Amino acid sequence: MQTRTVEIIVGLFVLMGILALTFLAIQVSGLNRNFNSDKSYRLYAKFNNVSGLNRRARITVAGVQIGQVISTSIDPKTLRARVDMAINADVDYLSEDTIAAIQTSGILGEKYIALSPGGADEILTDGEQIRDTQSSLILEELVGKMFTSKINSK
Amino acid sequence: MLNQVARLGRGGLAILSTLGRASILWSMALWSLPDFRNGPRLLIRQLYSVGVLSLLITVISGFFVGMVLALQGYNVLVRFDAVGSLGQGVSLTLVREMGPVVAALLFAGRAGSALTAEIGLMKATEQLAAMEMIGVDPLRRIISPRLWAGIIAMPLLAQIFNVVAIWGAVLVGVDWLGIDANAFWSNMQDSLEFREDILNGVIKAVIFGAVITWIAVFQGYDSEPTSEGISRATTRTVVYSSLAVLGLDFLLTAVMFGVN
Repeated sequence: MQTRTVEIIVGLFVLMGILALTFLAIQVSGLNRNFNSDKSYRLYAKFNNVSGLNRRARITVAGVQIGQVISTSIDPKTLRARVDMAINADVDYLSEDTIAAIQTSGILGEKYIALSPGGADEILTDGEQIRDTQSSLILEELVGKMFTSKINSK
Repeated sequence: MLNQVARLGRGGLAILSTLGRASILWSMALWSLPDFRNGPRLLIRQLYSVGVLSLLITVISGFFVGMVLALQGYNVLVRFDAVGSLGQGVSLTLVREMGPVVAALLFAGRAGSALTAEIGLMKATEQLAAMEMIGVDPLRRIISPRLWAGIIAMPLLAQIFNVVAIWGAVLVGVDWLGIDANAFWSNMQDSLEFREDILNGVIKAVIFGAVITWIAVFQGYDSEPTSEGISRATTRTVVYSSLAVLGLDFLLTAVMFGVN
């Protein structure tokens, strides 16, 4: 085959591959809608229990995603769970008395952190702590409590 | 008893020396690329025979793999009334594992075996020796472009495989089984991340491409110069590279995605 034809076909092949990657990036991973970790600031919060909360879990205000969980670790002094979060840089108006609650989407769905901003004038900045927290609801514990209270009441 | 120990030792030494020769071949061929007068043209010719000619089988199998994944996934998910997650399941499976691995297995069968047979025949007919005689380095002229073509073509093929397979899944899931298209795509986009999922898939494919062409080229270069030797070398290429791909895939997955 002529060299030129081969070159053109190979060029088309490479182009196809690159187009495929672009398609995957934009349509499949939704790159444009994804959370951008470069333009974000950090907050942390301490919970009594974070069971079921994964890395990359959503952080929402009024149901809209504004960040994600970076890591969960244990605080050696208080033995409470410390959750590090990255919040979008353009959401820089969370008040200091914001409440962080771990919630579940649906009954069996993923855990996420819902923030409910308060009314204080001071706002949270990079590296600060969200003080008011509500731990995750553990279904098994609730069921267990229900049973023990039934037994006790008899 | 002692004889058996000696045999074990001989076997070990033989494996080590084969590995050593293969590594020398690989590193020398990779470093001897900058031959700009002939390099690009030879590379393009190899990209054609390794990449473009593997395109048809990749596209067709990708299409069917995607359709099957969607059908099976649907049958399971419909019991939990969760068919909306089909897009997420199919695309995660494809982008992280199935795409690179199946494309690499096809690549090993389609391109790897051809490379081995070609180079083995060159060796059997003493073309390689003749090249050395007239002062052309066969590493630079024959081996290096093939290695680089494999490294470049494999990730492209894997991404094309992924896209065609997702298209097949959309065809079955959305068009035939009637899953809501918005749920399908938005679940997919929510759960896949570009860096974590797609780029790691690309890296996997690059590594697979390098390993497969390495094995193929070395088996050809190291084959016995007889017709029987070439046929054995071709078989070995397909067997070894398939095993290497599957084994490496587990290792790479463990390193890249780990356990959450």
